[in-house]
Amino acid sequence: MGQTITEKILAAHAGQQIVRPNDLLEIDVDIVLSNDVTAPIAITEFRKVGVKNVFDKDKVVMVADHYVPGKDVKSAEQAKFMREFAEAQELTNYFDVGCGGVEHALLPEQGLVKPGDAIIGADSHTCTYGALGAFATGMGSTDIAAAMATGKIWVKIPASLKFVYKGQPGRWVYGKDLMLAAIGRVGVDGALYKAMEFTGDTIDQLSVDQRLSMTNMAIEAGAKNGIMAPNQATLDYVRSRTDAPFTVYASDSDAAYEEVFEFDAAQIEPLVAFPHLPSNIRPISQVGTVPINQVVIGSCTNGRLEDMRIAAEVLSGHQAAKNVRLIVIPATQEVYRAAMREGLFDIFLDANAAVSTPTCGPCLGGHMGVLAAGERAVATTNRNFIGRMGHKESEVYLTNPAVAAASAVLGRIGGPDEL
Amino acid sequence: MIYRGNAFKYGRDINTDDIIAAKYLVSWDKTELGRNCMETIDADFVKNVKPGDIIVAAENFGCGSSREHAPMAIEGAGVSVVIAKSFARIFYRNSLNTGLPLLESAEAVDGISAGDTIEVDTDSGAITNVTTGKTWQAKPYPPFMQDLIKAGGLINYIKTKREGL
Repeated sequence: MGQTITEKILAAHAGQQIVRPNDLLEIDVDIVLSNDVTAPIAITEFRKVGVKNVFDKDKVVMVADHYVPGKDVKSAEQAKFMREFAEAQELTNYFDVGCGGVEHALLPEQGLVKPGDAIIGADSHTCTYGALGAFATGMGSTDIAAAMATGKIWVKIPASLKFVYKGQPGRWVYGKDLMLAAIGRVGVDGALYKAMEFTGDTIDQLSVDQRLSMTNMAIEAGAKNGIMAPNQATLDYVRSRTDAPFTVYASDSDAAYEEVFEFDAAQIEPLVAFPHLPSNIRPISQVGTVPINQVVIGSCTNGRLEDMRIAAEVLSGHQAAKNVRLIVIPATQEVYRAAMREGLFDIFLDANAAVSTPTCGPCLGGHMGVLAAGERAVATTNRNFIGRMGHKESEVYLTNPAVAAASAVLGRIGGPDEL
Repeated sequence: MIYRGNAFKYGRDINTDDIIAAKYLVSWDKTELGRNCMETIDADFVKNVKPGDIIVAAENFGCGSSREHAPMAIEGAGVSVVIAKSFARIFYRNSLNTGLPLLESAEAVDGISAGDTIEVDTDSGAITNVTTGKTWQAKPYPPFMQDLIKAGGLINYIKTKREGL
């Protein structure tokens, strides 16, 4: 019996030939990531281990992105705590305000994620990197502390679920919709402890930005990791960003899957995840009239350059409805500059959008767009839990960037075809 | 360890934003986090919870974010144990790493009502509903997890391993 791409990567990092689901192994990790919210606990725990230095200053990565630029004194103190540690440890890959952006958009851009890598991060959306053919999973701060000290972590080999997409997605349908369709099908714990592997001709033809927006949300189905064998676009992307060697893995044709789910991409409409779970999806045609107060276009799910371009294409020549606050947040400094150079900012500003510096900000109700009681937002983010973006009586509807942009203009949830 | 307390009962998919909202992630002090535990879904929780009390929930408890602040907040609120039908993956690891015992038993969850007095033996996994007299046996921790727990958590475990080298 063959092995899946997830099993092969984990076997290689554990010095084994063959691994099977439920095997418990210690693996070597290529990147150990944390951010301004999770690093302080990780650093505190790291200091208890009794080692002086992190195992490799090139591989321990820290990104200030959640509550930056500092939203209040306490969050500034947390960022300072991380900054001082990063300086003292001389971390090569420490990214502060003005030098980075939202971690899961940033690391691939920086060439820090390669096919075949094993990456762990103290952020649940670390699973994003699977789009580049890496094994990547979120963990808590204490696990990250242990890996910062040793370069190793224990993992249970996950069983794999296969998601096969065939056909050409329709107009205004993107990776985000393909992924919401999967989460809607299996539910928010449908992939609990498992690997979600995405295949099929639809996935092979998908852009890198859209692939990243899919694996980003694997955790929303409870998965340990989301993964795709690298396509040509992915290999070109990685080679343009790093000279480091890497190994490309793919699943064997006789690899074992616990279950296989098939999707006809041509039949998938733009989807909207209603409150308060990402699995609570409705096709755009069945949304009804849902008036909104705010639109957020950004985040580690949909804050990349292609997302900015899609939003600009829809917004071009339009303005946000009077009662809607439109907030656009390019995910990284690189996306920000590219969007600016392409003239997208003019379109956003003409549409009365507030264009923000990169930050996770409103996605988790941090700052830069927190909702009041009774308010509704359409967001290109990944979670719509109760109170996620602010007051516990506010609501978040998750969509792709085209629907989010159109909704801003319409003042209610709707698609670009209505403009 | 044997714990005894009253049950606070919740449904499925209780996520980490429910357990501790992101606006409170500007602290990593357990007591401070505990003051705002469960705020979005049960504003009375922190008023009513007493040291040793037990959270009982359905499937997928702790889904969402990787924030270790979630088990820390539960502990900080005084809760001794969480019993659920199933746990989200990262939350499960985080709880063991931070010292919050978790027990998995669908039958026990179905057989416990809010306010019942519950006794739990985290070593054996025995759960007793003192109010009704019913007893259940939780799934044992996987052997590797038992080693971690015995060592006093992950950091102590790797410390011991390092000292043994």
